[in-house]
Amino acid sequence: MSAVIDNHGHAHGGAHDDHGDHGHHPSGLMRWVTTTNHKDIGTMYLWFSFAMFLVGGVMAMVIRAELFQPGMQIVSPEFFNSMTTYHGLIMVFGAIMPAFVGFANWQIPLMIGAPDMAFPRMNNWSFWLLPPAAILLVSSFLVPGGGAGVGWTMYAPLTTQMGPGMDLTIFAVHLLGMSSIMGSINIITTILNLRAPGMTLMKMPLFVWTWLITAYLLVASMPVLAGAVTMTLTDRHFGTSFFNAAGGGDPVLYQHIFWFFGHPEVYIIAIPAFGVISQVIPAFSRKPLFGYASMVYATSSIAILSFMVWAHHMYVVGMPVAGQLYFMYATMLIAVPTGVKVFNWVATMWKGSLSFETPMLFALGFLFLFTLGGFTGLVLSLTSVDVQLQDTYYVVAHFHYVMVAGALFSAFAGVYFWFPKWTGKMYDETLGKIHFWLSLIFFNITFFVQHFLGLAGMPRRIPDYNLQFVEFNQISSIGAFGFGLSQLLFLYIIIKAIKSGEKAPQLPWDGADTLEWTHLPTPAPYHTFENPPFVK
Amino acid sequence: MSNVTPTHNYYLPEPAAYPIIGSVGLLLLLGGFAMWFNDAAVGPWSSAAGLVILTYMMVLWFGKVISESEGGLYTKRVDISYRWSMSWFIFSEVMFFAGFFGALFYARLYSVPELGTLDQKLLWPDFRPDWPTAGPHVGEPFSPMGAWGIPALNTLLLLTSGVTITIAHFGLLQNNRSKLILWLGLTVLLGITFLGFQAYEYSHAYAQGLKLTTGIYGSTFYMLTGFHGFHVTVGTIMLIVIWFRCVKGHFTPDHHFAFEGVAWYWHFVDVVWLFLFIFVYWL
Ligand code: HEM
Ligand SMILES: [Cu+2]
Repeated sequence: MSAVIDNHGHAHGGAHDDHGDHGHHPSGLMRWVTTTNHKDIGTMYLWFSFAMFLVGGVMAMVIRAELFQPGMQIVSPEFFNSMTTYHGLIMVFGAIMPAFVGFANWQIPLMIGAPDMAFPRMNNWSFWLLPPAAILLVSSFLVPGGGAGVGWTMYAPLTTQMGPGMDLTIFAVHLLGMSSIMGSINIITTILNLRAPGMTLMKMPLFVWTWLITAYLLVASMPVLAGAVTMTLTDRHFGTSFFNAAGGGDPVLYQHIFWFFGHPEVYIIAIPAFGVISQVIPAFSRKPLFGYASMVYATSSIAILSFMVWAHHMYVVGMPVAGQLYFMYATMLIAVPTGVKVFNWVATMWKGSLSFETPMLFALGFLFLFTLGGFTGLVLSLTSVDVQLQDTYYVVAHFHYVMVAGALFSAFAGVYFWFPKWTGKMYDETLGKIHFWLSLIFFNITFFVQHFLGLAGMPRRIPDYNLQFVEFNQISSIGAFGFGLSQLLFLYIIIKAIKSGEKAPQLPWDGADTLEWTHLPTPAPYHTFENPPFVK
Repeated sequence: MSNVTPTHNYYLPEPAAYPIIGSVGLLLLLGGFAMWFNDAAVGPWSSAAGLVILTYMMVLWFGKVISESEGGLYTKRVDISYRWSMSWFIFSEVMFFAGFFGALFYARLYSVPELGTLDQKLLWPDFRPDWPTAGPHVGEPFSPMGAWGIPALNTLLLLTSGVTITIAHFGLLQNNRSKLILWLGLTVLLGITFLGFQAYEYSHAYAQGLKLTTGIYGSTFYMLTGFHGFHVTVGTIMLIVIWFRCVKGHFTPDHHFAFEGVAWYWHFVDVVWLFLFIFVYWL
């Protein structure tokens, strides 16, 4: 093994034209615009994601402010609807997904000993399709009729009746889809073809495995979404009848196509999060991951199953009972591999030498709250129960447990975990812990009560509500503002660490044992593994 | 890195401006569409500008890739990357078509029969749920497409083109350039003929009253065959490009992934057509 420890290279942030063998590099803004370096691109993904997280977050604040009291106070119903729509779209496609693609860019080449991604220029394009998509999304607020108030699921026939904002949104989805497909093809190719000698598939860090599987899900599901919104577009402007019963089509058809994409999509968000957690928990337990092979198989079976359960989002559209039963049992089946994973994470900690730095805290927060979200998912999978709960706040609570306390917390865990490797600086541990506890507490204040609201029958996506829901809504809104403010602390922590963080030790986490920790200096130089390491 | 000499067994390109040019082009193109479809006068101009920029970018980028390839920068491992990525790209295209075929099957198996059930009789008493249909409330008369005229001929054309491109490939493998160029050229001609027939068929269908607006039958017919035709167009352009490359002496018997990638793509549009022929035209 050629352990290469030297600090000659730069992390990102500085000039780097001292790499003579790489010829001319633009500097300033053009460096970022034209870069073909996976670390630069990963950094851009992460910052873009955070910016979108703030934009989507502001929209969430608008929603919670309006819902602080019954009656209409702050915004019009139409605007409220557009807030829920773009909050969902921006958080899913602009914040969470790009965050994990950012991790993929930074980490996959480092973890498998590759010199970069397989297609560095296409990698750049995958990122640079996101800003135009964001521009299209946001500009839909500026056109007549304003943002489309259709929900992030964009159901017909609402979508076939909206103003021009809908078209901008549709085209934004096209761009996001292109970006995801190109990014995924790049990731798959990198993993399959650029592993260092000796790095067999079953030796890959689990994070890499989860991205291989996620990328497969993306390539398989994103084109279907593109087709769905294209049909919406032609129904809107070219007189097709896909979702129009008068012409022999069916609005329910949209739901089928959307959820055929949509359920895999929730795993596209969850599976890379599983990957991060599967790196963090062993590192802070100072034990190898329990049941590595079963983790790989569990994740793969989740990926396969996730294409066979979509209609659990559609129990009330008038499906035949046989269909309801099938989708109910198939959905419940997913809980089995998910359970395997949770078991393995817990078993990894069992008799481990645990320590609780910020990444581990977020991982534990993930473990508890994601599992809770999985349980409410199981509740919703029961057709007879879901008939009652469909489109209530119970569903909102469910998916925020899996997406915020699940995916977002694991993204935080990942940022704190790899920050020293990326920048060579340490974040402020005390502030990190405060960030965790504030997030954890405010998250639960915001969303736990939403279970009660949903069980009591409060519908989602409605700006007004009955008086009996007041208390829980006020608690939820207070929690939401607390949660939003806590995330500014995160921004502060990161900026402070970049500006004046202490120098990170070579191995800040003594339990971390993947290639980027064992074979590379901290911070990782601009070019890594130009000669692949040998993995035993 | 200090104690190792970079061996660069994998080609890593320099920073490049193609992506951002492409992004600007796409933004103008799609933003232009959105304006155009809502009758804003700048729409078409914006789209046209976007298309020009996008085309310009593709010419530059593919040109760069070709010169890198001919310059010997692409090792075996790079070649394998291209193979993986092309396969997965074609898989994504398969899923795109799967969405539209799904709509077709859903309409034929569920939504149209459902509209003929007793539940709907009050609303649409006279509707008979037979395929093909324009639906209960889209009253235009139309005549459906048959399978055995031009479509069958087109099937034959595309299947033949699958054979000719394979013969061209053998020519390339045997380093028999004139065989390569001849049979590849024939493939191009077959593709163009297919497109010509398709265009003729469209105009014919339109004259007979079958339009995009002809209910679910018109929707699925034109969207499926239209996207397929678009893919054949792209495939034909790709074939033309590699034909010129062959004429210029590009490709060797053991290094010609561009040729194979185009051939894979061509077979893919071929297979999609077979499904179209069976489920859209025939059954
Ligand atoms: C054991 C695992 C899970 C099960 C059994 C499950 C089940 C369900 C069911 C049945 C629904 C439909 C509820 C309704 O609309 O009435 C639902 C909604 C949802 N789930 Fe899950 N789920 C699971 C995990 C996840 C994960 C991991 C995520 C994302 C990271 C997720 C995200 C969502 C979202 C976003 C919705 C709402 C979509 C919408 O209507 O806007 N779920 N889930
Ligand atoms: Cu689902």
